[in-house]
Amino acid sequence: MGTEHRDPVTGRMTTGHEWNGIEELNTPVPRFVLFFLAVTTLFAIIYWIFMPAWPLFSTYTKGILGFDQREVVTRQVQEAAAARAGWMDKIANKSFAEIAGDEALMRHVRETGPTLFADNCAVCHGVKGTGGPGFPNLTAGAWLWGGDPETIAQTIRAGINSTDGGTRVSQMLAFGRDGILTSDQVNSVAAYVRSLSGQPLNASEQARLPAGKEVFKANCVSCHGENGKGIRDVGAPDLTDPHWIYGGDAQSVYTTIYGGRQGHMPHWQGRLSPADIKLLTLYVGTLGQDGSLGKDGSLGKDASLGKDASLGQDASLAEDASLGKNGTGGGGKP
Amino acid sequence: MVSGLTVSERRLALVIAGLIAVCGLAMAIVGRNDLIGAHGFIVLAFSLGVIALVATRYLDPEPPEDRLSQYYDDPTKAGIVLAMIWAVIGMFFGVWVAALLAWPDLTFDAAWASFGRLRPVHTSGVIFGFGGNALIATSLHVLQRTSRARLPDQFSPWFVLIGYNLFCVLAASGYFMGVTQSKEYAEPEWYADLWLVIVWVVYFLIYIRTLQRRKEPHIYVANWYYMAFILVVAILHIVNNLAVPVSLGHAKSYSLFSGVQDAMTQWWYGHNAVAFFLTAGFLGMMYYYLPKRAGRPIFSYRLSIISFWGITFMYMWAGSHHLHYTALPQWVQTLGMTFSIVLLVPSWASAGNALATLNGAWHKVRDDATLRFMMVAAVFYGLSTFEGSFMAIRAVNSLSHYTDWTIGHVHAGALGWVAMITFGSLYALVPWMWKQERIYSPALVEVHFWLALIGTIIYVFAMWNSGIIQGLMWRTYNDSGTLAYSFIDSLVAMRPYYIARTVGGLFFFAGAVVASYNIWMTIRMSRRAEAAGRDTVDVPASAALVPGE
Ligand code: HEC
Ligand code: HEC
Repeated sequence: MGTEHRDPVTGRMTTGHEWNGIEELNTPVPRFVLFFLAVTTLFAIIYWIFMPAWPLFSTYTKGILGFDQREVVTRQVQEAAAARAGWMDKIANKSFAEIAGDEALMRHVRETGPTLFADNCAVCHGVKGTGGPGFPNLTAGAWLWGGDPETIAQTIRAGINSTDGGTRVSQMLAFGRDGILTSDQVNSVAAYVRSLSGQPLNASEQARLPAGKEVFKANCVSCHGENGKGIRDVGAPDLTDPHWIYGGDAQSVYTTIYGGRQGHMPHWQGRLSPADIKLLTLYVGTLGQDGSLGKDGSLGKDASLGKDASLGQDASLAEDASLGKNGTGGGGKP
Repeated sequence: MVSGLTVSERRLALVIAGLIAVCGLAMAIVGRNDLIGAHGFIVLAFSLGVIALVATRYLDPEPPEDRLSQYYDDPTKAGIVLAMIWAVIGMFFGVWVAALLAWPDLTFDAAWASFGRLRPVHTSGVIFGFGGNALIATSLHVLQRTSRARLPDQFSPWFVLIGYNLFCVLAASGYFMGVTQSKEYAEPEWYADLWLVIVWVVYFLIYIRTLQRRKEPHIYVANWYYMAFILVVAILHIVNNLAVPVSLGHAKSYSLFSGVQDAMTQWWYGHNAVAFFLTAGFLGMMYYYLPKRAGRPIFSYRLSIISFWGITFMYMWAGSHHLHYTALPQWVQTLGMTFSIVLLVPSWASAGNALATLNGAWHKVRDDATLRFMMVAAVFYGLSTFEGSFMAIRAVNSLSHYTDWTIGHVHAGALGWVAMITFGSLYALVPWMWKQERIYSPALVEVHFWLALIGTIIYVFAMWNSGIIQGLMWRTYNDSGTLAYSFIDSLVAMRPYYIARTVGGLFFFAGAVVASYNIWMTIRMSRRAEAAGRDTVDVPASAALVPGE
C-alpha cells in the first residue's frame, strides 16, 4: 500500500493506493468530458422525444415527428416508381415493335438493361450475355427457341425445364446411358454431328461418317431436323453452326449424346415485374448488335444471318465451351 | 506443468480428464452417424493426451511448501505460448480468406476450404484463440500481482486454460467440417457451448477466490475490467446459445429464438462480445501493463470510474445498431443508436486516460517499441470507438451497412487496438515471466511494431475506400431512375482493395510470426540461463505474501 503524495510531473496528488507499483492520480474528471457527456445525453433525450424510442407494455413512444421507417420506405419506393413511370408505363403498354422504334425508350432500355441483366442473369449467361459451358450465348443469334421478342419474353417468363407450370421443356435424350444406341453408334453419330459444322475430323472419324449419318437419320432428325439445323419448337439447337452450349469437341459431343442434356433456366414471372421482363427481352435483343435493333422489329439475328464478322470470336467461345467435358459446365448437366 | 501440482491435484486431473475422455467416447459412439462423432474422437484424443501428460509425471516429487509464498505463473506462461500459436494460425487463415475474395479459386474445389468455413476459423482463431488465451494468461498474472494474493490452487487455472483450448479446437475443427450454428462469433454448436460454460464458471471462481484473499484494500481497475469481461461474457454466451439439439447424437441444434428476436439476441451478443471480450478484457490488460511499462501513475482514478461504469452500462444497449433499417422495430434501433452516441464519451475517456498516463514518459514511447505498441493501441481504441459511434447513426449506417467499411472498422479495433495492446503487454510480460532482463531482441520488437502499424493502416484504408465506394455504388441511380450499377460492377470495383487488404494482412501476419520467434527465443534464453539461477526482475512478489496463503 502506498501513501498519498504529489506527482512531480503533473503536480497532482495520488490517491494513496498502490498495486504492485502502480499508482493513480486523483485528477478530477476534466470539465470537457462532463460537458460532452451532458451534450450527448441531451442529444439522446431530444432524439427520444422526436423519434420512436421507448417500449411501453403493448406499444412504444411514437415520438412527436410520427416517423415510421416502414411508411418512409414504402413512400420512397412509390416515389421512385412514380419517377420511372413516365417511360416504364410506355414499355409496359406498347408493343415490342413500337418500343424498338422509339429511340428515347430504347435509351432507357440500354441504361437499365445491363444492371437488371447483371443482377439476375449474369451468373449463368455472363455479364455480357456471352454464356459459358452449359449456358447459351445470347449474343450470337443462334437461338434455341427463337429470337423474336415474344418468344424470348416467353422463355424468360416461364423458364426452361423450370418449376413453372408453363415451362418450356427441353430434352436431349441420354442415347447411350439409356441403351437406345450402342457406344459405337454414339461415336459414329458424334463424328457425323461434328462434320455438320465443318469441324476437321481425323481418319477414324471420317470412316464413321456414313454409319453416323444413318444413326442421325433414324434418331435425331425428329428434333434436330433433316439437315441438323435444329427445330425451335422443341428447343433443339442447330448443330451446323459454330455455337455450342456444351462444347463441340469430340469428347463433349460424345458426352452430350451419351448422357443427354437438360438445361435449366429459372422462370422469372413472379420475381420480375412484367415490365422488367419486357425490358430484359428488349435488352437481350440488343446484345450482340452493338446496341442497334433490327428495323423489322425482330430482335437478334436469325441463325442464318449469324455467319458474320462475330463468327470468329464465337468460334473461340466454342473452345471455351469444351471445358464442359471436365464437368465444369455444371448447370447443364442432367 | 505437472510437477507444479500436488499429488492430490494430479489425481484430480486424471479423474477429470478421464471423465472427459468418457464423454468423448460417448459422443463418438452415439454420434457415429453424425459430425458430432468426429468431435467425440477429438475430445477423446485431447483428453487422452492430457492423461498421458499427467500420468508420465505422476510420480514426480511434490512441489515444495514454499510455492505458496510465490505467485503461480505456470498457466500464464502456457497461455502466452498458446496465444501466439493461435495468433499465427488465426492470422494465416485471415490472409487466406482475404486472398480468397480477390482470387476465388483458392478454395481448390474443396468444401473445407470454402469461404464460409474458413472465415470463422479466422475470426474464432484470432478472437478466441489468440485474444482469449492472452486474456486468460494476463488476467491470472494481473490478478495475483494487484491483489498480492496467490491463485487459490494449482489445478483450476490449468483446467480453465486447457479446457478453454479444447473449446477452441472443437470450434475450429467443427468449422472445417461444416458444424456451425451460423451465428457470427457464436458458431460452435451446443456441446462445445456447454463445455465452455463449465470452463468459464471455474474461471470466474478463480477470480472471486483470489480477490477474496487479496492483501490490498482496494480492487485495482484492471480487475474491474477483467471481472466485467468474465461475468458478462458468461451471460452473453449462455443466453445467445440457448438452443435445443436435434438429439444427443447430432451436432445440429435449433436456437430458442427465431426471426427478429433471434437477430436481436445475436447482435446483443455480438456487440457485447466486442464490448466485454474485445474491449473490457483488453482494457484490463492496458490498465496494468501500460502504467507498469511507462513507470507512470494512472492519469485519473476518477476518470477510470466514469469510463468503467459508462462502458459497462451503455454497451448493453448498443447491439441494435447492427440492425438499422431491418425488420427490427424502429424504437429498438433508436435506443441502439442513441446509447452508442453517448458511449463515445466513456470510450474516449478511457483512451484519453491511457494517453495522459504517458505524460512524463513520452521519451520512453519514442525509444521503446513495447510501450509504443500500447500507445498506438490506445490511439486506435479512440479512433475505432469514434468510428463505431459514428456508424451507429442511422443515416451513416444506411451507407456503411453491409459494406467493407464495417470490416475496416472491425479491423481498426481488432488489429489496431486488440492485437497491439496484446503484443505490447506480452512483450512486457514475457521477460518477467521467464525471468529475463529483456526480450530476446528489442530490434525485432521494433520491426514487428512497424509491420503491424503499416499492415493495419493499409488494411483500414483499403476497406474504408472499398466500403464507401461500395455503399455509393449500391445507391446510385441513373437518369432513368434505375440502379446505375449491378452488384457485379461493385465487386469488380472492389478487387484492387481486396488485393491491398491481403497485402496489409500479410504485413500484420508477418509481424505475428516475428513476435512468435522473438518470444520463443526469449524462452530458450531463459532455459539456458536457468542453471545460472538468475532471479526475477519482476516485482517483490514473494516477500509480500503471507506463507501458507
Ligand atoms: C440458373 C441459370 C440461368 C439464369 C439465372 C438465367 N438463365 Fe437464361 N438460360 C439458362 C439455360 C441453361 C438456358 C438454356 C436452356 C436450354 O438448354 O434449353 C437459358 C436460355 C435462355 C434463353 C433462351 C435462349 C435461346 O436460344 O432461345 C434466354 C432468352 C435466356 N436464357 C434469357 C435469360 C435472362 C433474360 C435471364 C435473367 C432474367 C436468364 N436467362 C437467367 C440458364 C439461366
Ligand atoms: C427429343 C428431342 C431430341 C432428340 C431426339 C435429339 N436431341 Fe439433341 N438436343 C435436343 C435438345 C432440346 C438439346 C438442347 C439441350 C439443352 O440445351 O439442354 C439438344 C442438344 C444436343 C447437342 C448439344 C448442342 C450444343 O450446343 O452443345 C447435341 C450435340 C445433340 N443434341 C445431338 C443429338 C444427336 C446426335 C441426336 C440423335 C442421336 C439427338 N441430339 C437427338 C433435343 C433432341
